[in-house]
Order: sequence, then C-alpha cells, then structure tokens
Amino acid sequence: MNAPTLWIILPIAVGILLLLINNQRVLSLLGGSLAVSLAVIAQFVPIEVALKIGSFSLKIDSGLTILGRSLVIPPTEGSLLALIYGAAALWFFGAEASKSATRLVPLGFMIIALMVASIAVQPFLYAALFIEMAILLAIPMLTSITSPPGRGVVRFLIYQTLAMPFILLAGWLLAGVEASPGDLALTAQSAAMLGMGFAFLLAIFPLYSWIPLLVEENSPYIVGFLLWILPTITIIFGAGFLDRYSWLRSSPELNLALRYVGLLMVVTGGSFAAFQRHLGRIMAYGSIAETGFSLLALSLDLRLGIPILFLLIPARAIGLAVWSLSLTVIKENVETMRFGAARGILRVTPLAGAGMIVATLSTGAFPLLAGFPSRLALWEGLSQVSIGGALWMAIGIIGLLISAFRSLAVISMADEYTGWALRESPMQMTMLGLGMIGLFLLGLFPQSVQFLLANLPLMFEHLGR
Amino acid sequence: MDIALAWIAVVLMVITSAGLLFVRDWRWNIILLAVQYLGMFVLTLQNWPVGMASVKVVAGWMSAAILGMTRSGLLNESSVEESLWPSGRLFRLFAATTVVLIVAVVTPGVDTIMADAGYPVTNGGLLLIGMGLLHLGITARILHVAIGLMTVLSGFEIIYSTVEGSILVAALLAVINLGLALVGSYLLIASSTQETESP
Repeated sequence: MNAPTLWIILPIAVGILLLLINNQRVLSLLGGSLAVSLAVIAQFVPIEVALKIGSFSLKIDSGLTILGRSLVIPPTEGSLLALIYGAAALWFFGAEASKSATRLVPLGFMIIALMVASIAVQPFLYAALFIEMAILLAIPMLTSITSPPGRGVVRFLIYQTLAMPFILLAGWLLAGVEASPGDLALTAQSAAMLGMGFAFLLAIFPLYSWIPLLVEENSPYIVGFLLWILPTITIIFGAGFLDRYSWLRSSPELNLALRYVGLLMVVTGGSFAAFQRHLGRIMAYGSIAETGFSLLALSLDLRLGIPILFLLIPARAIGLAVWSLSLTVIKENVETMRFGAARGILRVTPLAGAGMIVATLSTGAFPLLAGFPSRLALWEGLSQVSIGGALWMAIGIIGLLISAFRSLAVISMADEYTGWALRESPMQMTMLGLGMIGLFLLGLFPQSVQFLLANLPLMFEHLGR
Repeated sequence: MDIALAWIAVVLMVITSAGLLFVRDWRWNIILLAVQYLGMFVLTLQNWPVGMASVKVVAGWMSAAILGMTRSGLLNESSVEESLWPSGRLFRLFAATTVVLIVAVVTPGVDTIMADAGYPVTNGGLLLIGMGLLHLGITARILHVAIGLMTVLSGFEIIYSTVEGSILVAALLAVINLGLALVGSYLLIASSTQETESP
C-alpha cells in the first residue's frame, strides 16, 4: 500500500464508480463517509511507519512511480490531507441538502484527487497538468447537458486553461535561473511567466470576471466547492515555489508584489461586494477577497505568514460551504437572487438567510466568527510592515461588512403583515444549523483546529520555520 | 531537408490557423484543425523521436474527430456571431496579419530564451499561440472556443517539446487535449439543447 494509491488513485476510482449511483442521499452519505475515512487515516496513520496489529503489519509507503516520474506524499503532508478530505466530507454531506450530490460527489472526488496529485507530483512543476485536468472535470460538474452553458463557464475554461502553459514554461525558466542566478533578464522572464500563470489560476484582478458570472449562472453550492478547492490548493502549490527557490523567497520585490496584489483583491472584492445587488455576486466577491487574504499572508515574514495561511483554510472551507448552501436554498425559493426578488426571503428560508449573513460576516472578519482570528493575525502582521496596507485591508473588510448588512436589510424587508412560510427541508435546516455552529465554534475556539494546523508548515523545507 | 520540411510545416500552419479564423463551415474547421496537427507533428519531430511525436498527432486527430462527430449530430448553429469584437473578414485579415508580423519580430528573441530551439519551431509555436488567442478573443461560440484553446495548446506544446522530453508530460498533455475536445463536445451538446427546444 502506498499513499498516492490511497489518497489519489482510490478517490478517482471511487468517483468513477459513484457516477453510476443516482440517489442523492446514498451519494452524499457514501461520499462523505469515505472522505471522513480518508481524513482520519491521513491524520492518525503515519506514512512510512510500520504498524503492527497482532501478527499483521501495515506500512503506507510515501511514493509511487508512474512513467518515470513520481507521486510522493511525505509523512509531513498527512495533516494537509486530513484537512482537505475533512473539508471535502463537509461539502459531500451537505450535497444532499443542496440537491447537487449526483454531480458534486463523484466529480468532486476526482477533482480533489487530482488537486492532491498536483501537490504530490515530482517534479512539482507538472502540477499544472493535474490542475488543468481538474479544471476540465469541473465543466460537467458546473453545467448540465440539458441546459446551455453560460459565459462564465466558457470564460472559466479559457482563463484556467491558459494558466497551464505559463506555469510549465516558468518552471523550465526557473531551473535556468537556479543554474545561473546572476542572469537578471532570465530572472525577470521567469518571474513574469510565473506571475501570469498564477494570475490566471488564482483569478487575480482583473482576471476574475468569470467568478461572479459563474455564481450567477450555476448552482452556488457547486461553484462554492470549486472556489474552495481550486484556490486553496493553488496557493499551497504557489507556496511550494517560494519554498524551492531561495531567490524568490528572499526577493523583496516579490513580497511587495504579493502585498499589492493581495490588497487589490481584498479592496476590489470588498468594495465591489458592497455595491452588488445580487446575493450570488456578493459571495463571488467575498471569495475573491478571501484569495486576497491568502496572498497577503504569503507577503508577510513567512514564519508568521505560513501559519496564518493555514489558519485561513478551515475558515474559508466552512464559510464558503455555509454561504453557498444558504444561497442554493434561497435560489430554490426565489425567481432570481437579485435584491428585488429576494426581498423578505428571511420569512421563507430563515436558516438559509441567517447562514448567508453569518458566512458573509465571517468573511468580513466579524468578531467571534471563524474568519476573525486569522484576519486579526493577518491585520496585525500587515500593520507591522505597512500601516497603509493595513488601512487598505480595513477598507476591503468594511466593504464586506457593508455587503452583509445590506443583504440582511434586503432579506428581512418583508411587506407588512407577511407571515412566516418556512420552506426549508429538515436536511437543509440540519446542515445549515451545523455549519453555523461550526462558524461560531471556529471563531470562539480557534485553537480547536490546531491539532490539524500545527504540523502543516513542516511540509515545507524552508517556509514557516 | 529537416529544416525545409519544418518551414513547410510553418507555412502550412499559417494557412490552417488563418483558415480557422476565416472559414465558418464547421466541416472545414475540423479539416483545418486536423491538418494543423500534422504541421505540429512535423515541428515536434525536430526535437522528439517519431514515436513520441506521433502521440501529438494521434491525440490531435482524435480530438478533431470527437469535435467533428459531435458537431455533425447537431442542428445548424445560429448564424448570428456572438462576439463583442468586430468580426468582419477584413478585420480578421488585419488581426491575423498583425499576429504574423508580431510573431516574426519576436521569434529570434524567444528562440534565444528557448535554448535555440530553431526558428521554424519557435516561429510555428508562437504563431499557433498568437492565432489561438486571437481566435479566443473574437468568438464566443463553443466550437470555436474549443478550437482556439486547442490551437493555443498546440503552439505551446511545440515550444515546450524543445525543452521537455518526459513521457509522462507527453501523455498528460495528450490526455488534456482529448479532455478539451470532450469538454468542447459536452458544451456543444449542452448549448444545442436550447436551440432544439426553443420554438
């Protein structure tokens, strides 16, 4: 048994088999249970250590060789796998409530496995190929064969596909920079290629126009899943570049660029969210701001920034899951998610309305919610290197908070004497309730996920030490 | 001989990539795409053995066949070009000429960066990337988007073959090409659903 078979090949095989099942509940339970199992194994069964159970000996090897290249999951990545598959379980269990399990669970498994492969592949530059395959699998997940694809899907496909050539070429150029570090022209070319590749992959301003379109046109829950898994793994992949190339890590220009780009994402995400009149687009801009927070974390002194980066991951996973599930429930009960159509929806879908507001507030660093501890640490770290940067971050956060209060005003603005007419299913209420409790718990007791996060910086050789 | 053949492939690719911009009949588009993969094969052959280079052409032809077979089963697309940009033939000719000129100018510089891959290889690769991007910029029709993306990737694969000879990478790129064709077909079928259903 080896780790890549367990956490990459097995989930792909399971995903293919799950395509044959049509029952939402069975899919959701099977997918969620398997994801939990993979997370538990990743957290508690050490890789490369022989376990003796009676006369039976079990050892999970870290590597698998395919066509002369390797997939390697070192023991230090166990906690990351636990985090990824644990969060995946959350999405899969919620899939039944969103009525999207038939698409989300099978294809979601395959996408997660490919994204894990992108972290495991050696040489690591080939990750771009696995990410591209995940993008291609995301298309049938986003669109149904019975309805025409919107502009957002096409733009998503184009932008994400264009990232791959840039990353692969940047990887080759970076090897040249390592060989001749004094060649400034080559350094600039490789940095430009790398920057373009990550700008497309992470949907950096102004290449994020597909995100609001995608949320408008498709199931918010499925888009939310993609907005969680793709940027999360891409950021870790990007941190891998910093870990491997000392000239990148020690470049003050790169730190500055990451800070400016991160602030641009936070400020545009926050301020655009504040002016939207569509509940789905607010989530889209919220997720853009989330990516900005991650970039800002990478721009700090990495001994501080890397733990903050990992602290952002669980908050983003739970926040987006609750937000997108809430929007899916709201979307079922309104004609469109525009403010005009969603007026007073709180009286029809109270938990979904509350979930949406709590998730928006969490993204906007509202105290006692999941997003607060990581953003507070980030803000403090940023203020130590740039007061101006901290002020701009505050503007982005204020924008997100304004969008939350505007949304609250709209969904609670029912006509006079309108009664309550609840239309949420018990499953939806349960999942939304649990999600909101999770957001509060993570905000009140951020140390509760430390057992997962504490060892994560060990996956890097140089970062976070 | 090899260089002459490579330059012939480049000329062939100028014709096919420009043809993809001008020709609106999907049958001709698929034929041009298939011929373009033949040119790509010749250029890849400059750096790779026949066995590995043929992976490109086989995967490319299979992708073209997938798109062609899907398109042949659908009703005619709406004649209205969904594009925000000027889409007249004169504009396309001007844009294509501009791309060819830019590629001619930047080829020597890029060739130096790409470990002296050879002018025809660099030129052919850049040409396909430029024409593919132009294609993506002036159309929103699914078939053309798929062809545009496949053209960009073809150009990239030609250039990348000069610096990377891994079998795994060749296999993964072939899978991605086929995946793009399958996704294109899926979206083509999905986009035709409304056309057939709408009165």
